[in-house]
Amino acid sequence: MADSIDVLFTLKVVYTIYVIIAISLIGWFATRVTRAGSAKGPKPAIFYTYIGVLVVLGTGLHFLTYNLVPWVPIDLNRDKLETHKMYHYTFKDHKIIPKEHPVYVECGKKVVFDVVSEDLTYGFGIFRQNNSMVTQMQVVPGSRNDLMWEFHKNGTYYIRSTEYSGPKGAQMILEDAIVVRGCDEDDHHAMKEGGRG
Amino acid sequence: MSFMQKLMEGHEGGLRHETMTPLQKIAMRFVVIGLLYYGLASLEGMLMRAWEIKPLPFIDETHFFSIMTVHPMVGIFGSSYMIVFGAFLFLVSYLMKKPIYSIKMANLSWMTIAGGTLIMWLAGFLFSYAPLYTLYWPLPVDMEQFSAIGGIVYIVGVVGIMIGTFLFTYNVFKTILYTPEGWEKQPSGDLLKSALGLEGLLNFFRREKKEHLVPLPIAAISRGTIDMGLNAIVISSAGVLILIYMVGTVFGAELKGTWVDALLYKNIFWWGLDLIADGLVLIFVAGTWYLLAMIISGKDLFMQNIARAALFVEMVVSWTVWSHHLMSDQGQSNTLKVLSGEVVTAFELVTQGIAVFITLVTLYRARPLKMTNELKFLLGGILGFMLAVPAGIIQADLGMNRILHNTQWVIGTHVHVAILVGLTMTLYSAIYTLFPILTNGAKLYSQKLADIHFWLHLIGGIGMGAFMGMAGMDGMLRRAIYTNGEYNTYMILAGICGMMIMVAFVIFLYNIIMSIGIKGLIGIYKPAVIDTREPLPAEKES
Ligand code: HEM
Repeated sequence: MADSIDVLFTLKVVYTIYVIIAISLIGWFATRVTRAGSAKGPKPAIFYTYIGVLVVLGTGLHFLTYNLVPWVPIDLNRDKLETHKMYHYTFKDHKIIPKEHPVYVECGKKVVFDVVSEDLTYGFGIFRQNNSMVTQMQVVPGSRNDLMWEFHKNGTYYIRSTEYSGPKGAQMILEDAIVVRGCDEDDHHAMKEGGRG
Repeated sequence: MSFMQKLMEGHEGGLRHETMTPLQKIAMRFVVIGLLYYGLASLEGMLMRAWEIKPLPFIDETHFFSIMTVHPMVGIFGSSYMIVFGAFLFLVSYLMKKPIYSIKMANLSWMTIAGGTLIMWLAGFLFSYAPLYTLYWPLPVDMEQFSAIGGIVYIVGVVGIMIGTFLFTYNVFKTILYTPEGWEKQPSGDLLKSALGLEGLLNFFRREKKEHLVPLPIAAISRGTIDMGLNAIVISSAGVLILIYMVGTVFGAELKGTWVDALLYKNIFWWGLDLIADGLVLIFVAGTWYLLAMIISGKDLFMQNIARAALFVEMVVSWTVWSHHLMSDQGQSNTLKVLSGEVVTAFELVTQGIAVFITLVTLYRARPLKMTNELKFLLGGILGFMLAVPAGIIQADLGMNRILHNTQWVIGTHVHVAILVGLTMTLYSAIYTLFPILTNGAKLYSQKLADIHFWLHLIGGIGMGAFMGMAGMDGMLRRAIYTNGEYNTYMILAGICGMMIMVAFVIFLYNIIMSIGIKGLIGIYKPAVIDTREPLPAEKES
């Protein structure tokens, strides 16, 4: 099952190719526009096809991710899905206060991270040991902040606030907060040195 | 001619400010201050760039974030707004072939925005006020981290900027609609309908189409200005709210934790802020591209009516996309996330795509064109949006937002490429186009310097966005501190690119000062000798 590393790798490749195409297109245009040529514009059909392509690309992306990125349907339907276990955190005075620490999460089970802020707006992000992000949500005071997630690789993850809450909150980190076990595969970027997650 | 003489007098006689109309002077006043504020925003940007490689000993963490708070405000209001306002006040009068409604109001506008930006900047510099521009509730009123006086100064500055914005909005619409003395009565109702796009909309259903009373760029300016006015109302309201809390604190009344729902506030705030980011910026930029394409090509715009319709759609879209900023807020309803955040936002790809297509075809049909500074920078600006808009569409997706929100991708690949490459290069194109018109024919000092400016800015802008984006995809957050050199390779590369942008600006400024001369520069701020509300001096108009 795809995780953030796979999705972001695809993004890196696709977007880089797109950037190269866009730069080349403008470069090509810049050389052609200085040369003499016909003053005719493209046929309307080309214009309308182009608009059609933009509509398909713009909206198609969302259909694609709904079907390929596992956390999208989980997130949209989380009210209807059964929760295996819930983990509670409180954010207060620029501190992340867990109810349990660390939490041991079973592989492939739907767990919910339920977070409350008692003062400011924060963020709840789960990160690997190499600092890449697994997932995140905002933590808004007075609001529901529940993130349903399924892990498919073993590893040890840390939690970091992903939202600015003033200079004091610039490095709010809870080390080794989540340990995932029981999977067939290890998350190589989330392994603590010298051992399994 | 010695260097000093040239510096003082300018190139080939420099700027003869006595020949300028009051409106030409006002436009130049806006632009010059806008450019200086751009320099300040770049300097702050570079300080942050350096800090993100290695914390600078003379800037502590609190002050780092106060720089981050004022940096975008200086960049957007002090610079982009100022340059755009100056150009548009002139263009509305110039394109409508009508005197400006009020010279006094236009002067007051640049003074309040320039002054407001300075006051707001002082709140950061002197009091280290640092809630960042998003002002997420209740951070701006967190008196444990910030001083009330800092907050009050900040809000007073923002109020100044908003007053200037209201004055600009009023002056623009009045100029379009009013009847100058001695003129035949103007059809203000019909003009307003045409400016806002209602006529175009009605035409859609009419068999006999009515002709458009205002030129296309005026339609763009009007629609963008509507968004600007609405945004000013939202920001002013947030300002008043914060001020009440601050004053309460000063007088010992602790209001923290009362009244405001953080999520509702965030919704309203982003609704207002997106009127800038997704509204007036895209609308003004499209309008400016159309105008520049027509001036550069000397031809009518390709598919005029579609362009007008797209500008209208863009305005409506900008009122309904705010939820893409709340895709990772679990309290936000899923319907809003999908409809406003994903689907409506996707139409920005369409409207901006239309603008790119129409502008490029208009230019292409006029082949062969000379690769002037205007054209070069215009193509750079188009490229900037071609890169930044899809980056925005990507992050406005429920799957991608979970792993991109608040990372360097958002602020690098999307925001800085849109602003530094897309918007700023479009503004440079407009400046090069307007330069001879506003200065009554002053000559550029060095083409070679203009070329260096172009390449350094383009490569630096795209490069900085790319390296920030890569850091973001590897998990680097925006608005965060990393002290163990986690992302140093990317940050050093982004720093080199940032330096290129900064050096490009210094070269551009030097080129402009050498062109108009220090005397000409000072002359812009002296009262005009000619007494008229017309845009150009009498002999130039004939
Ligand atoms: C040489 C030019 C510039 C450089 C080097 C630069 C650099 C930076 C840096 C390092 C950050 C902080 C990123 C982070 O870690 O979160 C930043 C933030 C930002 N910059 Fe720039 N910048 C430049 C120009 C501009 C301009 C001209 C504008 C606006 C017109 C602008 C708008 C912003 C915005 C909106 C933010 C986000 C602030 C926040 O997160 O609250 N930048 N810039």
